[in-house]
Amino acid sequence: MNIFSKYYTSLLAILTLFALYACNDVEPVPGGKLRIEFDNVVGEKNLVLNSVTYQNAANEDFTVTKLDYFISNIKLKKANGSVYTVPQDSSYFLIKESVKASQFVTLNNVPEGDYKEIEFMVGVDSLRNTADISKRKGVLDPGGSMAEDGMYWQWNSGYIFVKLEGVSSVATSINRKFYYHIGLFGGYNERTVNNTRIVTIPFGALTAPVSETGKTPEVHLVVDLLKLFNGPGTNLSIAENVMVMGSQQEKSQQIANNYSGMFTIDHIH
Amino acid sequence: MKWQKYAACILPVCIVSVWLACSPKTAEEEVTPDKEGTTPIEWKKPAHFPDPVYDISKNPLTEEGVELGRFLFYDGILSRTNQIGCGTCHQQQAAFTHHGHELSHGVDDLLGIRNSPAVQNVAWQTSFFWDGGVHDLDLLPFNPIQNPVEMDTNVPDIIAKLKNTPDPKSKIPVNYPKMFKEAFGTDEINSERIMKALSQFMMTMVSASSKYDFYKLGDANALNAQEKEGMLLFQKNCSTCHQGELFTDQSMRNNGLMPMPGDDKGRFDITGAEQDMYKFKVPSLRNVGYTAPYMHDGRYHTLNEVLDHYTDSVQKLGTLDPLLIRADGRTGLSLTSSEKQSIIAFLRTLSDEQFISNPKLADPGIGNAL
Repeated sequence: MNIFSKYYTSLLAILTLFALYACNDVEPVPGGKLRIEFDNVVGEKNLVLNSVTYQNAANEDFTVTKLDYFISNIKLKKANGSVYTVPQDSSYFLIKESVKASQFVTLNNVPEGDYKEIEFMVGVDSLRNTADISKRKGVLDPGGSMAEDGMYWQWNSGYIFVKLEGVSSVATSINRKFYYHIGLFGGYNERTVNNTRIVTIPFGALTAPVSETGKTPEVHLVVDLLKLFNGPGTNLSIAENVMVMGSQQEKSQQIANNYSGMFTIDHIH
Repeated sequence: MKWQKYAACILPVCIVSVWLACSPKTAEEEVTPDKEGTTPIEWKKPAHFPDPVYDISKNPLTEEGVELGRFLFYDGILSRTNQIGCGTCHQQQAAFTHHGHELSHGVDDLLGIRNSPAVQNVAWQTSFFWDGGVHDLDLLPFNPIQNPVEMDTNVPDIIAKLKNTPDPKSKIPVNYPKMFKEAFGTDEINSERIMKALSQFMMTMVSASSKYDFYKLGDANALNAQEKEGMLLFQKNCSTCHQGELFTDQSMRNNGLMPMPGDDKGRFDITGAEQDMYKFKVPSLRNVGYTAPYMHDGRYHTLNEVLDHYTDSVQKLGTLDPLLIRADGRTGLSLTSSEKQSIIAFLRTLSDEQFISNPKLADPGIGNAL
């Protein structure tokens, strides 16, 4: 009796271990889709590239010519506290203001249930930032063009997490443009600042019900650029900072402390 | 008793779920390129070298992959103008540097800011470029490809051009889709395959057959008396930084060069850290007899000038390497002129004639040496 149960326990333990480690992909359970919309705005106004003039908290006028950012490592939390982590390889999204479709992130095979919270990273985690080239597909392909939509520093091996460019009358550059390319994942062999940010957004009274057959819930997030300029990190002045990139670690960190707060939930439909 | 009932149910469930979870595992395997039909090359490290840094198991060398990499390395198709290949600024007879060029010119003769570094023994390199900004060989080529004064293009454009080969207007009408198929199993051309082919070719650029190597491997007569004296002086004065069989410790240091008007801040531009101001990567000295001009900006044209720098011209900037500050506070090394000549004689024993004349590393006839 005793021997039998001992035997059973160890067999179970071995099998469980095997199930956990030997193969890390699990047979999919019934699931549905969940969509997240990243709706970029500037305060009360919708973001329109190259046309509308906005004003930041430092009372500086600006238009936006480009806004691109990485969202990754998405997790969804149910009312009962259980968490669904989107499979790593399917969890990198590049949101571009210039490409409407990119602002809608569809998650497939999400286990059925009522979701009450979303968590994601702004940026690309250090693991993927230092990964083998075979792990850098799709939006993570380092082969893009910096002049166009490149989100990778080829000379300094690292992804740009948030790229904001625009024009302002107070910019000191000859073309009146300002350039904010915020990246830095913590450094490969020498420590740098880490500008990835984890954002957690509870849905409050709202719920995102995922089911295999029902309507796909769409979580509508509002992304307010004014908060990138003004937040807990800094009150960013375009006149004082016409360009912030990899070599201004402290300033880029302040901006990262701002952009972690620019996401809020608006509604779910 | 109750527990055992529970366990008895769990066990079959476990077995079934393990079986279910493991059996239909094909998605990942399909991604791996089909290497059937390729001819493997065994990459061997020279006996006296340390273990390589590059993980060759992720990109095993094949005849077909190396040959594709060789064509890609030399072909100007990797540039916006179709004129500038890697081999334009990394020429074999100069140990894959840009011979005679202080700074290199890329597309439209635009001038870069740094001296083109030697491409050799990349298997052991922990970082690349004068500022060490890239840490993985497979990610290196993206840098010159997109640099506006080097190749000024991007990989999607290159892929589009490669897919359109053979091009009858090209020097040699290379059929790249066919070569990718031979190297990787299908004719798909993507960033990963381009980089891995280039890495495979660059992995074959091993320089370990100089007079010094013959001496090191047991031929006591490979070096003459002056060269041996130079070696001892080198070990005493230079080998803290230019250490080991690679002749570099791969660190970033300020060696006391007076900043030029362009004010290249070196490593600082990568890390933004004050302590990295004017630091550059310690280069390997292998083949240094072939790689003139010297320093990150090619300011010294001869090895004599380089040695004179270390004795006479080391500038006491804030980040100057402590190894170049003497006990009495003066800067630089203390060497007589005959000692310098011996060191130079030793440095020339690092010249590897086989490396610069190996036909397997040569331009297959597609390149432009400008």
